[in-house]
Amino acid sequence: MELSSAKKKLTLFFSMLYISAFTFGGGFVIVTFMKRRFVDELHWLDEQEMLDMTALAQSAPGPIAVNAAIQVGWKVGGLTGMLAAVLGTVIPPVAILTVISLFYQAFEANPVVAMTLRGMSCGVAAVILDVAVSMGEKLVRAKNGIHLAVMAAAFIATFFLRINVIWIILCAGLIGFVSALLERKGMEKT
Amino acid sequence: MILIRLFLSFLQIGLFSIGGGYAAIPLIQEQTVTLNGWLTAEQFMNLATIAEMTPGPIAINGATFVGLKVAGFPGAVAATFGCILPSLVIVSILSLIYRRYRSLPMLQSVLGSLRPAVIALIAAAGINMLLQVAFGGRENISLTEIHWVGAALFTVSFLIMRKFHFNPIVVMAMCGVAGLLLGMIGIPL
Repeated sequence: MELSSAKKKLTLFFSMLYISAFTFGGGFVIVTFMKRRFVDELHWLDEQEMLDMTALAQSAPGPIAVNAAIQVGWKVGGLTGMLAAVLGTVIPPVAILTVISLFYQAFEANPVVAMTLRGMSCGVAAVILDVAVSMGEKLVRAKNGIHLAVMAAAFIATFFLRINVIWIILCAGLIGFVSALLERKGMEKT
Repeated sequence: MILIRLFLSFLQIGLFSIGGGYAAIPLIQEQTVTLNGWLTAEQFMNLATIAEMTPGPIAINGATFVGLKVAGFPGAVAATFGCILPSLVIVSILSLIYRRYRSLPMLQSVLGSLRPAVIALIAAAGINMLLQVAFGGRENISLTEIHWVGAALFTVSFLIMRKFHFNPIVVMAMCGVAGLLLGMIGIPL
């Protein structure tokens, strides 16, 4: 069953709108929902493609959900498909945050809201450190000396020396590039 | 002009946040609190909280929130567009390359080595937030300044997350209720 091109793009737009409006909890969650919709229900992509798109979305700069939407959009409907998918992804958070901001400015001084937000702040700190510890554990278990050194150096640079985050990311990328070059050279010799 | 400043700031956030939402947090913090002073540390904390409990990418939530606050709706649009522009260009190109060549070992290994740095950045952002709730900021670290209730709430949440892998939204909601209840019986955080 082949949908007409325009109808397909409309379906793409509304699928992303729906997924983006109702998935809490960041990029990986949204990618799971996209897989369910585009692979299992609509059969627009196969599973391997979706996995590759996820990996690329994760390792390219920018929000994972937007990156995944761009790729699905191109695949399904070219440039207009891509724009439809991105718009669908971006509209819900912009709309929701706009409403909350109005609410926030009106109620910033409200003691009930303030107490709730302060309580939740403790939770956010816990959630973020939990993520960092989980990922750090995996990295430590992988026992890659270069990666461990990069992690330690990056932490010192950002937390104690307060070096601009962008320099830290650029340096880490450069280290990765150089070590990939050296590895390739080593492989050519053997 | 403020719209251009917003656009350029969030362009950098979009360009350098690799690995999703949590990676964007330290960048948003740096651009909005440290470099431009658009938000106070406390307002940033609230932004992170709101972004975490609403759907959608944290960077876009952040762009909308900061843009609106600094320059109204045009500000939100400028910041959001800045935030997704790098993705539009880079991912489109990569997607084209992917569909032509299907495997990118060199790129994979470069991006793979960015991960440890990103983990360190996320950890540092988390610790800064912890210092904010436990001491009211990293300038005030001392035993006399400690906010015991906030520190306790953090510790309990962290242990619950580590041990039982609760849904983050549930943990945050419980923290919100705890903050409200404690506040009502006269124990402010």
